[in-house]
Amino acid sequence: MARTSALIEARGLHAHYGASHVLHGVDLVLGAGETIGLMGRNGMGKTTLLRSMLGLLTPSDGQVRIRGADMTGAAPHRVARAGIAFVPEGRGIFPNLSVRENLVMAARAGVRGQRDWTLARVLETFPRLAERLAHGGQQLSGGEQQMLTIGRALMTNPDVLILDEATEGLAPLVAQDIWRILRRVRDTGIGAIVVDKNFSAVSSVADRIVVMVKGRVEYDGAARSLHDDAALRHRLLAV
Amino acid sequence: MSARLAAMLLVLSAIAVLIALPFVLEKFYVQFATKVLVMAIFAASLNLLVGYTGLVSLGHAAFFGVAGYLLALATPAYDAAEFWSSLALAVGGAALLALAIGALVLRTSGIYFIMATLAFAQMLYFLFHDTSLAGGSDGIYIYVRPVAQLGGWQPFDLENFVHLYFLVLAAFVLVLGFLRLLVDSPFGRTLAGIRVNEHRMRALGFATFRYKLVCFAVAGALAGLAGYLSALQFGVVNPDMLGWHLSGSALMMVILGGLGTWLGPVLGAASMMLLELGLQSVTKHWQLLMGAAIVTVALALPRGLAGLWVWRAARGQNDG
Repeated sequence: MARTSALIEARGLHAHYGASHVLHGVDLVLGAGETIGLMGRNGMGKTTLLRSMLGLLTPSDGQVRIRGADMTGAAPHRVARAGIAFVPEGRGIFPNLSVRENLVMAARAGVRGQRDWTLARVLETFPRLAERLAHGGQQLSGGEQQMLTIGRALMTNPDVLILDEATEGLAPLVAQDIWRILRRVRDTGIGAIVVDKNFSAVSSVADRIVVMVKGRVEYDGAARSLHDDAALRHRLLAV
Repeated sequence: MSARLAAMLLVLSAIAVLIALPFVLEKFYVQFATKVLVMAIFAASLNLLVGYTGLVSLGHAAFFGVAGYLLALATPAYDAAEFWSSLALAVGGAALLALAIGALVLRTSGIYFIMATLAFAQMLYFLFHDTSLAGGSDGIYIYVRPVAQLGGWQPFDLENFVHLYFLVLAAFVLVLGFLRLLVDSPFGRTLAGIRVNEHRMRALGFATFRYKLVCFAVAGALAGLAGYLSALQFGVVNPDMLGWHLSGSALMMVILGGLGTWLGPVLGAASMMLLELGLQSVTKHWQLLMGAAIVTVALALPRGLAGLWVWRAARGQNDG
C-alpha cells in the first residue's frame, strides 16, 4: 500500500526504565489506513515503544508526532482523544461492568466527527458479545474478553488501533476469529499497529513488518521479503 | 419475582416504615432515627469516594464539620438563621472546600492519598480547636434553629422533632436517589472504571483527574449536607465533628454495610448505631463488644451486610 501522510511519527525515541536503556533511537512511521506488524522476540522493546507513543511512558529523548502535532510525553487521554485506541496485553476489560456498559462507556465521535462505529455495528462485528450484553465482564471467556476490548476500542471511532499481543493465550480457533475480525477492521480504513509473535498471522493483516532487536529497528519492510528470506527471518525472529 | 422487582418492593416498604416511625415511636427513638439517617447520608457520601471510585479518604469528616460550623457561624447569637440560605452556604462551602482540597490531594494515590486527606482534616480540626475562630475546643451552640420561609409560608418548624425527622428523611431519600442515578450514569460508569484501573481509563481517553475531582466535590457537598443536618439536630458544633475519629467511624459503616453498594452505607450506619445503643445499655465496655462484632461481620461477610442480599439474589437466580 502506498504511504499517505504520517498519522503517527516516532523519531529517534530513547526510553529508560531506571538505569536500563530500553529504546535506542527508534523511528516508526504509520500512514493513514496503514497496518504495521510490530514484531520481535521477548524483551526487545516493542511494548516500551508502544507505551512511549501512547503517553504511558515519557521518552528520555526523541519525538512523537500525531498528525504532525508534537505529542511527546502527552498525557495518555490526550493521545487517545487524538484518535489512537489501545488494546493492551492481557485483556483490558472492566470486570465490574456489564458488556454493554464496557462498550457504551467508551462511545464517542472520532477526531473528524465520524461515528462509523456504533454499538449496533460493534455487536454485528462481534456476535458473541451481542449474546452476552447483560453479562458481567468477569463472566466472559478469554477470547470474549479480548473481543470486548477490541470492540470498546472501536467504540471510540479511532483512526488507529494499537494491539499489543491481542491473541496471547487464546485457543487457536478463537485466535483465528480475532485475526479474521482484525482483517475486517483493517478493510474499513482504520490504521493499526499489531504486536504479535505469530508471523504468518501478522503477515496476513500487515502492509509492513517492523522488527525490533535490542531496542532498535532491525527490519522495516514488506512482509513478503521477510517471508522469503528464511535466514533473515530466523536471525530476527527465530522462526 | 425478579431480584430487581423484589429490591424495589423492599425499598418502598422501607420508606413506608420510615414514614410511619414518628407515629409509633417515642421521642427518643425518633431522634435516634434522625441521627441514624444523618449518619447514613454521611456514610453514603463517603461510599461514593471509597466504594465506587476507590479513593479511601480518612478526612471526610472535614466537610461534615465545616458545614456544621458554617451554619453555626451564620446563625445570629439569639435569633434564627434563614434555612435555605444557610443550607446553601453550608453545602456550597463544603463543596468548595472539597474542590480545593481535592485539587491537591488527588495528585497523590494509594497510601499517600489516605495520609493527605487525613492531614488536611487534622489541619482543619486544629484550626477550629486551637483558635478562637469558632469557640475553640468548646465549639459553638446554635440556640435557635433556622427558620424556613417560602413566600411568607413556613413549611416546617425545625424546633419540632417530628418535622426535623421528616426533613432529614426527605434529604436522605433525595440523596440516595441522586446517588443511584449518579452511579448508573455514564459519569458513574467512569468512576467504576477508574476504581478498577485508572491507567486503562486514561488510555481510553478519559481525563481521570477531572472525574475524580468532581466526585470528591460531590461527596464533600453531600457530607456537608449531613453535617448541616447534624448541627441542626444537636444545636451545637465542636471540633470533634472534623476529627479523624468521625471519618474512621464513617469508613467502618461503609465497610460493615458493603463497599460500593447502594444501600450498604445505610445498613452499616443503622447496624453500627443500633449496636452501639444496645451494647451501651448492657456494659460500659461496649466498645470491646462492638469491635468483636465488626471483626465477626468482616470475617463472615467480606462483602458487608449488603452482600447478604446479593448472595440471596444470586442463589435465587441459580435456583430458578
